[in-house]
Amino acid sequence: MEILVCVKRVPDTSENEIQVNSSGTDIERDDLVYSVNEWDNYAVEEAIQIRDRVGGSVTVMTVGDDESEEVLRREMAMGADNGILLSDDAFENADGRAVASILKAAIDKGKYDLILTGAQADDGAGQVGGMLAAMLDVPYASLVNIIETIDDQKIKVGREIAGGNQEMNEMNLPCVLSIQTGINEPRYVGIRGIRKVASVEIPTMGAGDLGLDADAVAPKVKRLDYFVPDMGEGAEMLEGSTEEIIEKLMELLKAKGGIKS
Amino acid sequence: MSRQVFAYIIHKDGKADDTAMEFAVAARKLDANAEVTAVVAGTGAALDAVANEVAALYKTVWKIDNAALEYPVADMVRKALVGILPKDAVVLVPHEHFGLDMAPGLSIQLDSPYIADVVDFESLDGGTLNAVRQEYSGMVSTHVACDIEGGAVITVRPGAFQADENAAAGGTVADKSGDVGDLTVGRRYLETVVAEVGDVDITKSEILVSVGRGIEDEDNLEIVHDLAKAMGADVSCSRPIVDAKWLEKSRQVGTSGQTVSPKVYLACGISGSFQHMGGIKGAPFIVAVNKNAKAPIFQVADIGIVADILEFLPELTEAVEEA
Ligand SMILES: Cc1cc2nc3c(=O)[nH]c(=O)nc-3n(C[C@H](O)[C@H](O)[C@H](O)COP(=O)(O)OP(=O)(O)OC[C@H]3O[C@@H](n4cnc5c(N)ncnc54)[C@H](O)[C@@H]3O)c2cc1C
Repeated sequence: MEILVCVKRVPDTSENEIQVNSSGTDIERDDLVYSVNEWDNYAVEEAIQIRDRVGGSVTVMTVGDDESEEVLRREMAMGADNGILLSDDAFENADGRAVASILKAAIDKGKYDLILTGAQADDGAGQVGGMLAAMLDVPYASLVNIIETIDDQKIKVGREIAGGNQEMNEMNLPCVLSIQTGINEPRYVGIRGIRKVASVEIPTMGAGDLGLDADAVAPKVKRLDYFVPDMGEGAEMLEGSTEEIIEKLMELLKAKGGIKS
Repeated sequence: MSRQVFAYIIHKDGKADDTAMEFAVAARKLDANAEVTAVVAGTGAALDAVANEVAALYKTVWKIDNAALEYPVADMVRKALVGILPKDAVVLVPHEHFGLDMAPGLSIQLDSPYIADVVDFESLDGGTLNAVRQEYSGMVSTHVACDIEGGAVITVRPGAFQADENAAAGGTVADKSGDVGDLTVGRRYLETVVAEVGDVDITKSEILVSVGRGIEDEDNLEIVHDLAKAMGADVSCSRPIVDAKWLEKSRQVGTSGQTVSPKVYLACGISGSFQHMGGIKGAPFIVAVNKNAKAPIFQVADIGIVADILEFLPELTEAVEEA
């Protein structure tokens, strides 16, 4: 099976405190640690496992700048066979739809049976996979956490719905799936793995190569600012020494029935 | 002609989702002069019950009754909607597992812009909508602008708009079933596999000590179990703990886990994403312990403590044991 996984380089929220910059135009990007989007790692791991079961290849693709090459290499160190970087100054302000358009143009240049994305990335929109499927006119399922291969015409997928229940579907190939965390346990990538793929050539395609004009990648949804909302009161913060905090907390917990004895 | 806003209503077991009431308010906030229509899809008596329930909230309800929609697979619902919605429709869809499945593709097929996971509508200036959404799991918010003159597909976060309990629209149901055409798609629903029941039922717990990614390591879970034992509480968790297979799925709180309604909820090393908080109902007393003073959970908790849980929890356990 020829599998494509679309990945994204994002600020790592477990390594950084995300803050708004002083002018409110962006988040504070100095000293940010970036990594591959959490959901995408699960998607790449799943693709590798499917390939190892039924044969074929795994290609990872990203829309980004030169620095995004590092996430492609990381996923190749995990076991992806190929990487493709889609990069152009014209892509800089791309919104979700523009990203899907760019991916679609690149996908049309290859042949894939199964296309995976993460369920969502740093902006929490969860949009690119579903848009891509509609552009390609193939079936789509989101929040997938089970994939069973049947034959080269169809697969069985489980989607995670409310309450941890599974919605099982049969889907025609090719199709697009967005992958939910927990579907597998992504393998660890060591420095040695990264070093092994450090010199592999990663082809880059720009707007010209993909036959995309400025109109096709112009954002329809424009971000105006970043801000931290005033949520009113918020929590009452307990302050002081640990002993003082614990004393106050014990009183509150007892009063609210938080300690059974 | 006034703008046409359509609220897509999800439902289960013959009852409309809470977002039905919320979207009636959201649509008015988006554009007070819009003509607002609710759309319900499904089949049979269950669908009729939902349509009638929703007619109390919306002047017009469009009903799509089709045997193929007994289980409303997103690909089919999308196809049905494309068949009946006007090109310049502004469509509201809940941002949950069904909306995530159905709505992005709908925006492509209607050739409309897509705004995901909106939590508020700020203004409408001519045809330009200014909406509020969040990024980085709620750590920052943004305003986004989008021209909706030619229509738009917008997913709205469940719970973001306060329902109007006094709404009484006295609406009518229009049957659109005949207009949808063939609903054959490349995805077939097979069955729903119900989640396994775990060793404890956290939906019945009165006190929950809930642990998140801040616990860092599986071995550290011991301090959480110790605290829960001392307090007479049960242990629950956020999704990453289940993804890592450190605790059973049945202990996960949130939109894709359990809905809990304890008296006291002690959140330890949990950032407070809306998917997690969406599983906490009944206004419990929420205490949050987090080492980041800016963690979003402090906006929704009653009591906040900035501390490292690895140090704080054992001390709290000791105090509880001594009390
Ligand atoms: C469709 C969908 C459904 C989802 N359903 C659910 C769901 O049902 N339930 C759920 O929980 N999530 C769900 N999620 C995931 C959700 O978006 C968040 O990713 C998740 O809730 C984050 O869990 P967390 O707060 O434990 O981790 P994080 O967001 O990583 O937060 C960890 C927190 O711990 C703090 N911390 C770190 N170390 C320490 C320390 N030593 N001491 C104190 N504090 C510390 C950090 O400051 C941070 O605030 C869902 C996501 C999607 C897309």
